[in-house]
Amino acid sequence: MHPAYSIIFFTVLSGLGYGLAAVLGLGVLDAAAISTRVAHVLALGMIGAGLLSSTLHLGNPQRAWRALSQWRSSWLSREGVMALASFVPLTIAAGWSMFSGEAAPIAGVLGAAMAMVTVYCTSMIYASLKSIDAWHTNLTSACYLAFSVSGGLVGASFFAFLAGDGVARVLSICACVALGIAWLLKLRWRRRTKTLVPLSTPESATGLGSMGRVRLFEPPHMTANYLTKEMGFKVARKHADKLFTIAVLLGGTAPALFLVGAMLAAPGAMPVMAVLLSGAAFAAHIAGLFFERWLFFAEARHSVMNYYGS
Amino acid sequence: MTSLPEQATPKRLGLVIDLDVCVGCHACVVNCKEWNTGGYGAALSDQEPYGADVSGAWLNRVHSFEVGEAEQARIVHFPKSCLHCESAPCVTVCPTGASYKRSADGIVLVDEDKCIGCGLCAWACPYGARELDLAAGVMKKCTLCIDRIYNETFEEVDRVPACVRTCPASARHFGDFADPASAVSIMVAERGGIDLMPEQGTRPVNKYLPPRASKPLKDSSSLLAESTEGATGFFAWLDGMLDRI
Repeated sequence: MHPAYSIIFFTVLSGLGYGLAAVLGLGVLDAAAISTRVAHVLALGMIGAGLLSSTLHLGNPQRAWRALSQWRSSWLSREGVMALASFVPLTIAAGWSMFSGEAAPIAGVLGAAMAMVTVYCTSMIYASLKSIDAWHTNLTSACYLAFSVSGGLVGASFFAFLAGDGVARVLSICACVALGIAWLLKLRWRRRTKTLVPLSTPESATGLGSMGRVRLFEPPHMTANYLTKEMGFKVARKHADKLFTIAVLLGGTAPALFLVGAMLAAPGAMPVMAVLLSGAAFAAHIAGLFFERWLFFAEARHSVMNYYGS
Repeated sequence: MTSLPEQATPKRLGLVIDLDVCVGCHACVVNCKEWNTGGYGAALSDQEPYGADVSGAWLNRVHSFEVGEAEQARIVHFPKSCLHCESAPCVTVCPTGASYKRSADGIVLVDEDKCIGCGLCAWACPYGARELDLAAGVMKKCTLCIDRIYNETFEEVDRVPACVRTCPASARHFGDFADPASAVSIMVAERGGIDLMPEQGTRPVNKYLPPRASKPLKDSSSLLAESTEGATGFFAWLDGMLDRI
């Protein structure tokens, strides 16, 4: 599948934003700290930027409001509805924290729950598509949720170190555990993708399997079209493996090591070091997620390719 | 509404495509483009139509496949357009209600005024039957020539989809699959019509008739063979005359 930057940007940023908003909503950080207020704004900003980015790939973005209407059947519509609905408690929680310096537990917890439901809806846009074997698994949703949580915890650790909050070390430990779980799920997802037996084949796609093996003799068109550009994107296996290694190192290994470093630096006379290290952890995790998400699209094969001999 | 009709539609209009007959001339492809670029909805745009990297939205395409091995291999021309599935995944994924299946006759259509061009329906379709029109920013697909089949200003013979009307080999047939006595239903029953990718659970309405079994060439007795033993009539006389020269 074609890895469209607008969609990669959307899923990575809004996933992180919802994760951070969820951790903030649970009231783990000191609501009075200025850094916590900044974190609230950042979380909403990431969610908003992601959602805006998602409209960039639309053919008619001025009609995007119509996407809120079909929540009964469409996961994309459900995602849109939940994204807008969750803005209400998340904005109340953020506003309360910013202006009063106190946590808003009810709005916060409600917002956290709705944030996770929204991420689940995003994941189901992909996981519900039977035509794309790599995505059509519960592991897709598990990965999206796990990366949202791990990103939120890594981000919250950074803001806790920034505030000099004692909860930073607990958050960092939680973040490391979440990183481990998320990347283990992702490894399982990728192993499944690489070893799966395609649901459909050129034989089943043409119904000619009883006559023998089916090979494309002449394609229907000589230049690329919408289908081959959108669904026919292929990434060289050797590059994909390297990119995945980069994703794991940047998105998993580096942030965990940085967070351990920050924990070791924190109680001493090096709060700046802890802030820098945890900030580096957050940045590395985000960078790693961009690699991970690019591969999520680039490595997925669509069943229409059975008609195109690839 | 992007939910599918709750009950089976009283009519199930669709196409039968006879892979034994199709000669791969692409006339259906061209006439489909011609009719639909001036018919229902936005025109089917092309990008760089006179450039080296031409592309465009088409609703019907003919792939050609090589099937079988070595001397037994055959070329099968394979026209592919929307199959108007009973469990159409392109309909339920639509976030706006633009993509819908008509409860009266089962035709799957796009309401272009509601389409936001997100492309999710094209992802959901396992067959690649939908193509985004890059100029209009809306999804295009086969309408089963809804502006022909119900058009009473047309003569009866023209009230079929453009691809069916134009096919010089009569490889394409239009009809109602809900009626067991219709020509298309009988053809499917007699020839063992097949579903494409049944494992996707889409329950396509359109059916494909597989090529008829052919006798391998080497099983044919032929005068091209080395031996003329057993020849009769004119060929026996010719054989004798040639031997005498």
